[in-house]
Amino acid sequence: MGDHTMRAYDAELERLAQAITRMGGLAESQLDQAIGALVRRDSDLAARVVASDHQIDELEHEVQNLTVRLLALRQPMAIDLRAIVAALRISSDLERIGDYAANVAKRALVLNRIPMVEPVGAIPRMGRVVAEIIREVLDAYVENDADKALAAWRRDEEVDEMHTSLFRELITYMMEDPRNITACTHLMFIAKNIERIGDHATNVAETIHFQVRGTPIVGERPKADAIAPPPEAEEEIP
Amino acid sequence: MNVASKPALDQATLDDRRLAKVSARDVDVFYGAKQALKSVSIDIRPNEVTALIGPSGCGKSTFLRCLNRMNDLIESCRVAGSIWLDGEDIYTSGLDPVQLRARVGMVFQKPNPFPKTIYDNVAYGPRIHGLARSRAELDEIVMTSLEKAGLIDEVKDRLQEQGTGLSGGQQQRLCIARAIAVSPEVILMDEPCSALDPIATAKVEELIDELRQRFTIVIVTHSMQQAARVSQRTGFFHLGELVECGETEQIFTNPRHKLTQGYITGRFG
Repeated sequence: MGDHTMRAYDAELERLAQAITRMGGLAESQLDQAIGALVRRDSDLAARVVASDHQIDELEHEVQNLTVRLLALRQPMAIDLRAIVAALRISSDLERIGDYAANVAKRALVLNRIPMVEPVGAIPRMGRVVAEIIREVLDAYVENDADKALAAWRRDEEVDEMHTSLFRELITYMMEDPRNITACTHLMFIAKNIERIGDHATNVAETIHFQVRGTPIVGERPKADAIAPPPEAEEEIP
Repeated sequence: MNVASKPALDQATLDDRRLAKVSARDVDVFYGAKQALKSVSIDIRPNEVTALIGPSGCGKSTFLRCLNRMNDLIESCRVAGSIWLDGEDIYTSGLDPVQLRARVGMVFQKPNPFPKTIYDNVAYGPRIHGLARSRAELDEIVMTSLEKAGLIDEVKDRLQEQGTGLSGGQQQRLCIARAIAVSPEVILMDEPCSALDPIATAKVEELIDELRQRFTIVIVTHSMQQAARVSQRTGFFHLGELVECGETEQIFTNPRHKLTQGYITGRFG
């Protein structure tokens, strides 16, 4: 990425990439900790996750400012232009990931005050897969590796499958005993938040592919989300 | 990285070169013993603006000057290969270079109006080529040319003043009016805005965009932003060779050759 005749330009691009990497690291650890707070019923940790979200927001502002500055002052072209546009897009996906992680922590605060239900065990499994995807995507970003981004992108299917099976499990629990409804509803939202984090991670993977190759990822992402009714079913409703 | 080091020229030429407005094949140019252009093949498509970019001395201006045989005026210069205008070889022995230059006009880097009135600057070409049969016809040509060049409102009350008294930007638009007064088919522009301020530059660029409805334009520019703003296709020259040619959008967002990428992103060693 380096080697510009104007060395200050290299330094600015490097700063931008570093801000993205820091944001990514924070988003990943926020998700880890939010799930930890849920599993270990650690309300202090959950409160810290909620309170830390602003750090990601601040980094997003830094990325936005750097991007606008680079566009205005450097008139970037080709690979530089793509890197700058990519940074702007990635930062907004990472910011959303941070928000969802904070949401998980907020629900953990509520859940920690009521008796635990069994399906809680499936949440960290799903969270681990999503955290791995985030890590792979961030590695792909640091290494400028479109193939790695593509491999991470394909893994989102696993997350969708886990989300679907967790959804069914939670419904079963609620039907068995209505006293589970409160906890299970919170868990359902938590699962949805984690699934959305996975979607944002795949957005980042798509952006990295565009940054490196200059072309979008070709083909539809494999979708395994069976919760949404098929479109024709919706039309049949009178 | 997907940029390669082999030439990215599959879009430089058309399958049928007769469809091009101007078609060059294997053009070599020598100044004495020094080779300035090496086997350049490119098709300039009608009613498009084609920008030629590249570092100083890469041969882009030399190539531009081949297209209306301006290089004939340089004694040591030798041109090989073939260049067609509408399917006709412009280097064929029977062709009159003066007639050719009426069909392929040129606008230079520095505005160079004649030391004559604004009117006479524009009327000069139509007069020597006998394009007007009466004074009224000549007036008509002068006024429409000034209008097409976007200059009419600024000069309509001072047509008898000296062209050299205009501002730099106005002088350049006067030169464009002079070039289009002989109804050329192709307009060659060699760094037409490098001596102009940003406002005058914007006016000339807006003009170029309008002119492509009627003319085919080839512009040599050092400003990548200008190439990006005004052209539909861009060719990148390096050390006398055409390295890459393609749609302007592709060249500036996703160039295929690493030399193009290096040049347009400011990484040239």
